[in-house]
Amino acid sequence: MLVTEKNQLSEDIEKLVELYGDKRSSLLQILQAIQKKYHFISDFAQQEVARLLNIHPVEVYSTISFYAFLKLKPGGRNVVRLCKTICCDLQGKTDIEVAVKRELGIEFGETTKDRRITLGYTNCLGMCDVGPAMLVNERVFTQLDTESAIKILNELK
Amino acid sequence: MEELLTNNKMKRSGPVLFSKYKRGAGIAKALELGRQKILFEIKESGLKGRGGAGFPTSTKWMLTAASTAEHKFVVCNADEGEPGTFKDRVLLIEYPELVFDGFVIAGYAVGAEKGIVYLRGEYEYMLEYLENYLKQMRTDNLLGNNILMNENFNFEIEIRLGSGAYVCGEETALMESLEGYRGEPRNRPPYPVNTGYMSYPTIVNNVETLSAVPHILLKGGSWYNTFGTSKSTGSKLFSVSGDCNKPGVYELPWGTKISELLKLVEAENTKAVQVGGASGICLPKFQFNRTLAYEDAATGGSIMIFNESRNMLHILRNFLEFFVEESCGQCTPCRIGNVKLLEGVEKIEQNDYTFAYINKLKELGGTMQVASKCGLGQSSPNAFLSILEFFKDEVFHTKVDGGENGKER
Repeated sequence: MLVTEKNQLSEDIEKLVELYGDKRSSLLQILQAIQKKYHFISDFAQQEVARLLNIHPVEVYSTISFYAFLKLKPGGRNVVRLCKTICCDLQGKTDIEVAVKRELGIEFGETTKDRRITLGYTNCLGMCDVGPAMLVNERVFTQLDTESAIKILNELK
Repeated sequence: MEELLTNNKMKRSGPVLFSKYKRGAGIAKALELGRQKILFEIKESGLKGRGGAGFPTSTKWMLTAASTAEHKFVVCNADEGEPGTFKDRVLLIEYPELVFDGFVIAGYAVGAEKGIVYLRGEYEYMLEYLENYLKQMRTDNLLGNNILMNENFNFEIEIRLGSGAYVCGEETALMESLEGYRGEPRNRPPYPVNTGYMSYPTIVNNVETLSAVPHILLKGGSWYNTFGTSKSTGSKLFSVSGDCNKPGVYELPWGTKISELLKLVEAENTKAVQVGGASGICLPKFQFNRTLAYEDAATGGSIMIFNESRNMLHILRNFLEFFVEESCGQCTPCRIGNVKLLEGVEKIEQNDYTFAYINKLKELGGTMQVASKCGLGQSSPNAFLSILEFFKDEVFHTKVDGGENGKER
């Protein structure tokens, strides 16, 4: 990591702590904001957050590791999560799964080489009546077929 | 198709959602009634928690109202993670006036000054819409300081996002998460009404519970309890999905028969109905005359319909994979039990099992129901036990009438 990048990250985290407060109860909000901008929460970021909230870094690590949407390892610029719970499964999730893997040339859980997309699963998105459903960053897409799913992926920058 | 905020279709609205409601009317009525009367009306209505557990709302409110703590909190549980449940999504988008008016009323009734909506991370797409709605409420003096010119009543609502953890829908786990910790359930007691968010008395209510409150106040608790059964009063939103022609959210009185619901949603060739989501029970045809109510087939709203073409073992496997992932890992029965049950399903799929083993797994399921720390582990064996019981012919191929022999594959 370049020194300038480090400084930028520290500055960002300081701003977030100022915005949400330096209490433990602000931790999740701070982590969510870091995740959103950097697509993962690095060791350095964890240490910075811990320092500013005056808690042990392991507390930060432990919290991150609990939540499915917070990541410890770098991910792509876009995170695509396909719902795999039963109703979407019965409405053709497997077809989407196969098509998406073929299109991107990666497995679920992996990131494309150009860091454009991280592919993953999620549990029930609450779109059971309009499945199959997919979460793209924070946007939700429903009633997918293979054509529309691939189109959505290819439009991601 | 991108899920926009207008895509929700209410397939059928009942007494609560059908009646016209003007934003703020419930709050005005609440201020007119005063705290004691609000609590009385809620008690009269018999309203119970709509998230699935069915704890009487009035008891929760009264316990918190009676507390003399310096601060009190109201939390709206919008961490709708149960597979097959999507009523809160529809309520928040289509009827925010009911949800948030109910929220403010709850704050007034118990004497809280701060409310927090715990919105699941998956629903972040509606965050901006909800924030704008709250802004509008502030402009109209329905939120903030001196609500409706009432000098002693200040109430503020904050929306906090979850980060993809099913167990955070459990109220104590939800509070751990709000406090910035891992979303692991706490020991109960103490209950949140004594020791909740930041150790202050807190009421945690489901989105749907809050949305029933304004109408109860406007029309009276005795009006509300004319709907439903004696133990389950009022109406309920059912999110229906799976094999039927008209999936969607239906508001029906408690006590509706499963067969009636199936007719309404135009389900054909139904083999099984999963009532209460992945943590609920799976009912076969001969039980379709059971009623949807807290005292019979209880549900937080999730109704999933499976037709004759579905493989029950596949469905069970999907549920158990869900629980293995979503168990917080804090207590052993749940963390290990779910893995063992999933292993059992895999063995059955590979036709590599003995009934002695299956019986052991059923015992394990029973142990999990009593020994797990929170509702997740206590209810996760439900699907396993009910599917193995009601669909044993299919799962274990018990019938020996020649089977597939001689038939073209």
